[in-house]
Amino acid sequence: MEKSIKKYFPIFALPTLIAFTIGFIIPFALGVYLSFCKFTTINDAKFVGIVNYQKIFTDPTFIHALWYTTLFTIVSVITINVLAFTIAMLLTKGIRGTNIFRTVFFMPNLIGGIVLGYIWQLILNGILLYFERTLTFSATYGFWGLIILMNWQQIGYMMIIYIAGIQNIPTDLIEAAKIDGATNGQILRKVTIPMVMPSITICSFLTLTNSFKLFDQNLALTAGAPSNNSQMLALNIFDTFYGRTGWEGVGQAKAVVFFIMVALIAVIQLGVTRKKEVQQ
Amino acid sequence: MGVRKAKHGGILTVVFSLISIIWVCPIFVVLLNSFKKKSFISMQPFKIPTGKAYVGLENYINGIEKIDFFSAFLNSLFITVCSVFVIVLCTSMCGWYLTRVKNKFTSAIYYLCVFSMIVPFQMVMFTLSKIADMLRLDNPVGIILVYLGFGAGLAVFMFCGFVKSIPLEIEEAAMIDGCTPIQTYFQIVLPILKPTCITVAILQAMWIWNDYLLPYLVLDLKKYKTIPIAIQYLKGGYGAIDMGAMMAMLILAIIPIVIFYLCCQKYIIEGVIAGAVKG
Amino acid sequence: MKKKLVSVLLCASMISTVLVGCGSGETSTTDNAAATEDTAAEETTDDAATETATAGDGAVYYLNFKPEQDEQWQTLAKTYTEETGTPVTVITAASGTYEQTLKSEIAKTEAPTLFQVNGPVGLANWKDYCYDLKDSELYTYVKSDDFVLKEGDAVDGIAYCIETYGIIYNKTLLTDYCALDGAVISDASEINNFETLKAVADDIQARKDELGVAGAFASAGMDSSSDWRFKTHLANLPIYYEYKDKGIGSTDAIEGTYLDNYKQIWDLYITDSTCAPALLSSKTGEDAAAEFATGMAVFYQNGTWAYGDITSDGLTDDDLGMLPIYIGAEGEENQGLCTGSENYWCVNKNASEADIQATLDFLAWVVTSDTGRNSLANDMGFVTPFTTFDDGYKASNPLINAADEYIAAGKTAVSWNFSSIPSETWKDNVGNALLEYAQGTGEWSAVETAFVDGWKTEYEAANQ
Repeated sequence: MEKSIKKYFPIFALPTLIAFTIGFIIPFALGVYLSFCKFTTINDAKFVGIVNYQKIFTDPTFIHALWYTTLFTIVSVITINVLAFTIAMLLTKGIRGTNIFRTVFFMPNLIGGIVLGYIWQLILNGILLYFERTLTFSATYGFWGLIILMNWQQIGYMMIIYIAGIQNIPTDLIEAAKIDGATNGQILRKVTIPMVMPSITICSFLTLTNSFKLFDQNLALTAGAPSNNSQMLALNIFDTFYGRTGWEGVGQAKAVVFFIMVALIAVIQLGVTRKKEVQQ
Repeated sequence: MGVRKAKHGGILTVVFSLISIIWVCPIFVVLLNSFKKKSFISMQPFKIPTGKAYVGLENYINGIEKIDFFSAFLNSLFITVCSVFVIVLCTSMCGWYLTRVKNKFTSAIYYLCVFSMIVPFQMVMFTLSKIADMLRLDNPVGIILVYLGFGAGLAVFMFCGFVKSIPLEIEEAAMIDGCTPIQTYFQIVLPILKPTCITVAILQAMWIWNDYLLPYLVLDLKKYKTIPIAIQYLKGGYGAIDMGAMMAMLILAIIPIVIFYLCCQKYIIEGVIAGAVKG
Repeated sequence: MKKKLVSVLLCASMISTVLVGCGSGETSTTDNAAATEDTAAEETTDDAATETATAGDGAVYYLNFKPEQDEQWQTLAKTYTEETGTPVTVITAASGTYEQTLKSEIAKTEAPTLFQVNGPVGLANWKDYCYDLKDSELYTYVKSDDFVLKEGDAVDGIAYCIETYGIIYNKTLLTDYCALDGAVISDASEINNFETLKAVADDIQARKDELGVAGAFASAGMDSSSDWRFKTHLANLPIYYEYKDKGIGSTDAIEGTYLDNYKQIWDLYITDSTCAPALLSSKTGEDAAAEFATGMAVFYQNGTWAYGDITSDGLTDDDLGMLPIYIGAEGEENQGLCTGSENYWCVNKNASEADIQATLDFLAWVVTSDTGRNSLANDMGFVTPFTTFDDGYKASNPLINAADEYIAAGKTAVSWNFSSIPSETWKDNVGNALLEYAQGTGEWSAVETAFVDGWKTEYEAANQ
């Protein structure tokens, strides 16, 4: 059978492969190459070695963006997952209106980052007006603004995944624990959380990469103001690339570094949580 | 899964109702402001527009004209629907092929797909837009190919995962009956893959509809804008930020999503869950 | 055959499944999509038709720098296309993103054929793209070489509008103020140095309720739609005086001898203002214009291009006047308004020959035809450096007239030295430091560092 399918390569796999080559493989390889070049367009690229990479670490905005992004990622991963899990727990208790609540909480997730950014810019600036402050007053306001925005957007999505995980726990397991005299806290720690570990893995993975790679929301909410202090990595790369003449190579090199970081985080995170799953 | 007893059901319902109201509040504030005269918006965002501040549909008319909203909407719709369709069709076929034909080449492709899932867009933004431009993919039809290419990773990965769980016997039986691989695929495999197709379609649609940077860099902005691009363009693209038009356009951008969501909520939520389990 | 039919059917059913999956309840989805395709197809045929009809004419793509005049350019482009059949597209970059947009657009196959640079420094980045305009029709109309950018013998850029900025004031409100008991001055003309300006502004601020205003100065917003008023235009004054003292026109290292003056004018703007300094970061250009236009502020630093914005809400020509920006420099009683240009047209030499020709024709049309001249002079309100405008196409509004009056009175116009600023990054850093200082989250010394040290590093980076 394999042989007969194999002949159909042009029909089954070729279209995707061509697109994949154009849309990913070539740009990726070229991107890695260009990070070692000085260029304004592809045609005038001159190989310059690792100069671009050296420049990255003398650029204070990149270092700042890196810390800012890291901090943002940590805080948002924790808040989103804790809140989403809590809501999921409460919504699986079979209270009235569960479906409506679920619908409402999930909705913001479908709204795009640019639109979300402007919605929250209005709301948060409106609230801060009472305190004579604005979102772009300092990076702290922008930071918490983004956290609130991300929570609003992501909680619903993660909640759905947690609900599915919680509902998969066999009821008799919890009943058995109850009969054995376990308290609610014990059930949560010893039964529920271990049982939904796969959901926790996937949710923390999704929030982690989403937060780390955040661009649209950052652009629309503060665009990095003030003084590029609320600028996250993705926006920093974009601004370096398109905003500064002569820095294209550095922007591309930053992108490579950024990619390596994302890859490392993804691998480590999956490794750590998967291991926990196995142990259970 | 059994029905759990609700101990504090009543109180929880009330609490959640309140939270739900707060949850949708931002959208209502924007709706409120979309009827407000632009110079009043940033000064008093939470006041209900009355008297001088109330401008009716003026912001909507203004905004629609300014950013040519309906053509942006049609562009977004066309790109999303076609890209999703092409992605689902091509990557499901490719996923099936990669799983059924086992050799070094196919597994190399498979791992490349997995690899591409973690590559951030910034990594390829410049080179991809340049290549798309050279190949004249800077239009709503061409960008479908770009989306197929950049979105292939996740989709192929998910289809491969699902195809592995389909027993080979069914397909073999069909082949013995004289079906060509194409017939086998469309008559036997695809119907089994339907739930995964829906999942992939939902995930890709959510991404493509809301995507900003890729179309911004790839599309010929003189001719085509998508909704996110048009909205971002409202900020400063016309001299100053017209907050009124901005509010109105935000609402117009949200409405189709909400309608779509309410209509096929079931599929979306199932798709998200299935996607999460596989991913 | 039968099997084929079945597979076709299955295929169709799959399509509908997918469509249901992502568009149930919206049966019109496919129709709409199909409709877009149709129109797209039609458009292509239309384009092809025009192309054959006006064979070899090429097309014009203008990347416009001035968002204030976007609408007028669009109209002008449309008229030109109707008259000649040459397609003209005008795209305006969002405020503060011109370089960024130009960079991503010029890398495309359909790159702008006509773009702008802001002066010698901007030209340095883009000179490889500039077509030599020496033999163009447009160049023959330029009054003097002061208005062109030259690279050796080649004419790389031609200025198309000369603008003036200063402190725009509301005449009616200022007269009201003069009528108050104990007013510092009795007539606007008495303001001819920083001391007086500050005394008046402080007094207006103190008695704002009496006057019915929210503050002396309109908000000095630092949103990207407004921050150029301070990080570029206001910064021009300390640069101008330093250059003047040294008798130079550009430098690789600025000393910042007039930074204290920069500080005192900035202090004045943010103290005697309509809003608290903490709110400045998100105040937009539109906010400031609206404050001035609705009579909430007496003073507003901006230029001739703002005429349209500030008269949209009931202010008439009689209400408007413009003062020089006094910063407390020696001999500033004789200082006039700031006049110059940062808008130079450049033609993309990498465009096809037909497109270049079309662009040159379009430019010639803009400065010679009645429609073009009318639009530039009257609708956009530009003072132009072209001889063709001498017969009756003279822009006139109170702001432009104010500029003429100061020159007639023998005052020295301040030249636009900010075109010698080494980079956009320098401006951004100065702007950020100004904002942080205003909010109280930063020190003035940061402005000094950004101004002096930043100049050196950016100059070196740009001239490596």
